[in-house]
Amino acid sequence: MNITRSLSPVIDQVGVEERIARLQTRSIKTASKVFALKLALSMIDLTTLSGDDTPGKVRQLCAKARHLHNRLPGLPQVAAVCVYAPFVGIAKQQLAGSDIKVASVATAFPSGQSTLQVKLDETRFAVGEGADEVDMVISRGEFLRGNYHYVFDEIQSIKEACGTAHLKVILETGELSTLDNIRLASDIAMHAGADFIKTSTGKIQPAATLPVTLVMLEAIRDFYYATGRKIGMKPAGGISNAKLALQYLVVLRETLGEQWLTKDYFRFGASSLANDLLMQIVKQETGVYQSMDYFSKD
Amino acid sequence: MKSKNETSTGEVTKETSVKGRIAVSKTFKLYIGGQFPRTESGRYLPVQLIDGTTINTCHASGKDYRNAVVAARSAVNGWSSRSAYNRSQILYRMAEMLEGRKMQLATDLIQSGLSSNQANLELDDTIDRIVYYAGWCDKYTQVFSTVNPVATPHFNFSVPEPMGVVGIVYPSDVGLLSLVSHLMPVLAGANTAVLLLPPEATTWAINFAEVLETSDLPAGVVNVLTGLRSELIAHFASHLDVNAVIGVAGTPSEVRELQSTGAAHILRVVIRSGQLHPPDPYQIMDTQEVKTTWHPVGK
Repeated sequence: MNITRSLSPVIDQVGVEERIARLQTRSIKTASKVFALKLALSMIDLTTLSGDDTPGKVRQLCAKARHLHNRLPGLPQVAAVCVYAPFVGIAKQQLAGSDIKVASVATAFPSGQSTLQVKLDETRFAVGEGADEVDMVISRGEFLRGNYHYVFDEIQSIKEACGTAHLKVILETGELSTLDNIRLASDIAMHAGADFIKTSTGKIQPAATLPVTLVMLEAIRDFYYATGRKIGMKPAGGISNAKLALQYLVVLRETLGEQWLTKDYFRFGASSLANDLLMQIVKQETGVYQSMDYFSKD
Repeated sequence: MKSKNETSTGEVTKETSVKGRIAVSKTFKLYIGGQFPRTESGRYLPVQLIDGTTINTCHASGKDYRNAVVAARSAVNGWSSRSAYNRSQILYRMAEMLEGRKMQLATDLIQSGLSSNQANLELDDTIDRIVYYAGWCDKYTQVFSTVNPVATPHFNFSVPEPMGVVGIVYPSDVGLLSLVSHLMPVLAGANTAVLLLPPEATTWAINFAEVLETSDLPAGVVNVLTGLRSELIAHFASHLDVNAVIGVAGTPSEVRELQSTGAAHILRVVIRSGQLHPPDPYQIMDTQEVKTTWHPVGK
């Protein structure tokens, strides 16, 4: 496959921003709100990715995933727990018997600055430990200097190394500077075999934004029309409140339709979002505004 | 040289300035998180002033209260971690700013029914009361802290600490002096506050909020809502992210609602009469929690 800029259409930045601006004026209430809040909760990849992660911290995160808020029966479970590769084994053990998946970041996350061999080894290690999903980062440096084939080949090799595990490809949109670049990177990732495309590592600002998400969702739509394959989407980083999460769901529904309104095709990469969703759900059930004091921290 | 429209004091006379010109009247909004937003509900309550003009005031909703609590909660850390001396300076600055806006506030108070004499007295007392509590910021902990005698080899001491977010519900006949008398002990004690004022108080209360806004008081430390007590009191009593509510005056049923709902939501409820008391530092303790520390000592 010959990859050039002509692979992707040009993005109308003003149009994208205007469309997103219109979302701010909507409001979703009562039954629809509860439905959307619970849906958002079921789509969360509960994440801990920091230098000070310990087995204890990962165990605690898994406990949180299993017991979101026991006082409220009938809550959905989060979709997955996302950790660094060395903690996959622990997470797998803690989540045994539940439907919650274990996702691992790999390929020299978050910078991606390493050799292909190291990245492949890390991916195989994570999958060997039992990771159900692998979140890889693309080589932004290679992409920005126009080496699109390198990026394509790398994703393809990692996909092979994943075996049956799902591959999420992180574009790190905050480093790609233009919406045109983001669209092109999305197309490259999907053609190379990504199961999901993901906005950000969460380590770079800006992380996920609505305009970027819209551009990526449109890429997924066009790819689906062209090939019939359904690719998932994962905005990550900076989505910390329920209201914002609902706006993402609206964009998703309007761009890709109801088929994508499931955790199989849409995820939120977040940690504090879960608590805000829980607070809003409890508020809807009890009518009483909640305090963070009554929800577990992580 | 003086123009024809000016009097000897330089004041522009009303008749001539009004002629041929449409007056620019003020929109009274809420004060939340250091900004002046309209109520999210879009509702308003008309209030008639003494001179017969009618103003529309914001009719705050439960969601406005929720937004105010979010603002107040996010201001708690910054406000309570400032040095007590700095808090004192900021509260003193409030008095300075109010002194500079006396004229406007006096006009507002006269419009709400006070005589010119009463209005000036009220303002002087208000400014003095702000200064009084500004002075207490870095003193009340010394006065109310204790070293406690215990039978074990421990150094045991208790210190007051701010509770966090405090709601204050005012009655329909609230005055400016009453507003600050209940607010200042809360602020001096390093808490943040959400005030509910009756629509009748809107003009001077929102102009007072402008004084707060320009006093170096961090955004969210004081939030002012205008609305109906009967509608919002249940929200004040049940919000889990509020630590204490001060109910000023009120009917027996309102007091009962505050106390019973407040108890169910682990909220400290302080009921005060509408009558003004001379200032005293004990009022600061109404919104403080006491922390006792057991520190081992060896001989």
